[in-house]
Amino acid sequence: MTKELKELAVAALRNGTVIDHIPSKALFRAVRILGIEGLDTSVTIGNNLQSNKLGSKGIIKVAEVEFSEDELNRIAIIAPSAIVNIIRDYEVVEKRPVVLSDTLVGLVRCGNPKCITNHEPTPTRFEVVNREDVELRCHYCGHTYKSSDIEIIK
Amino acid sequence: MNSRSFVAIDDIDKQEMLDLLERARYFEAHPNSKILDGKVVATLFFEPSTRTRLSFETAVNRLGGRVIGFSDASTSSTSKGETLKDTIKMVANYADIIVMRHFLEGAARYATEVTDVPVVNAGDGSNQHPSQTMLDLYSILKTQGTLEGLTITMVGDLKYGRTVHSLVMALRYFKPRFNFVSSPQLRMPEPYLEICRQEGLEYAEHTDFSPEVINSSDILYMTRVQRERFSDAMEYEKVKNLYTLRNAMLAGAKPNLRILHPLPRVNEVDRDVDDNDKAYYFEQARNGVFARQAILTRALGIDPRSND
Repeated sequence: MTKELKELAVAALRNGTVIDHIPSKALFRAVRILGIEGLDTSVTIGNNLQSNKLGSKGIIKVAEVEFSEDELNRIAIIAPSAIVNIIRDYEVVEKRPVVLSDTLVGLVRCGNPKCITNHEPTPTRFEVVNREDVELRCHYCGHTYKSSDIEIIK
Repeated sequence: MNSRSFVAIDDIDKQEMLDLLERARYFEAHPNSKILDGKVVATLFFEPSTRTRLSFETAVNRLGGRVIGFSDASTSSTSKGETLKDTIKMVANYADIIVMRHFLEGAARYATEVTDVPVVNAGDGSNQHPSQTMLDLYSILKTQGTLEGLTITMVGDLKYGRTVHSLVMALRYFKPRFNFVSSPQLRMPEPYLEICRQEGLEYAEHTDFSPEVINSSDILYMTRVQRERFSDAMEYEKVKNLYTLRNAMLAGAKPNLRILHPLPRVNEVDRDVDDNDKAYYFEQARNGVFARQAILTRALGIDPRSND
């Protein structure tokens, strides 16, 4: 069953992007961040699939679209384990993990209503203080956020 | 960030901290001079704070500098909707250094990124207030003769009190033993306890403000428990008098014990303590001028000792 689904999910794509190894609980946030609701090309979303690495994973397969670095970096915040596959003419031409940079500029909103970034027209800035179980610290007000509390700017 | 700005106590290492304390000691011996002659210091107080502003302005005036600025945002163009960035860029054209207090957290850090003029944080919301920490350190050093290996007891609101958080951060270099005395709701937050563990510092948490704790202390750092921190008024009424220091409680204290308080106080230090030789909170405020003279001259790249 799993094997069959894997084949369906990856092999059937002619051109496009497959994002694999998304933790199940982050899958629908990833869908929102990538703006997949607005696409008119074929999209396949799978969740709670068996994974040796994660136990349970989600996968997003989008035809005819290659996402920008910026969009994929946003995915790294909620799913640092995700793997991006670029498919061209049925071949995986590129396979790489998403990259969580040390500093995130303009990607995440600070949830502290008294933080300067919520009052001045300036991009937010966060430092990654824990890469395993993603935790961010606001460069300005010092508030820290765990993965589930991170609000990503669209 | 421009390197001479001073936004948070973590911006400086132990060596720089000791240099600032050394400068403060110098200024206590030589409080009046003309080393800031010709310098213009802007004091931008977007949030009123009479004590801190007067202390900074006294520090400048005694060194012969001039002060421009405002003591309330309603008298500045902020009230017309000007951004902080624009205000800072404008003032940077006039002044050699900016001292600012703001009600928003991170405001001072942000200011350092929009100007090359050094910025000194005089408090940004409940975030950082490093000149308070320097005057606390200077007061401890002056009364104890050392910062090393002291027993420091912090009492009251340890959860929201930024002064106690910054003081823990600063004292971690000096092998203190900490007593944290508070109600369970106002405990020292976990990240600061974690720092104590990482640094191998001995600490104990207490809910009881007991004679044992007082009698083992070199410094009692008292803070105000604020009514607005409690969602339940009954809880506040229960807690507010538990952590009040009275003169009788000092009977068995060590001779070198001194009582510090960032002020203003309400009832956490009873008036009957004021006449005890161990009460140090008014002198502590006086040390604020020397600590701020140290911070201002460092930020301006002026070494007062080079003329001697």
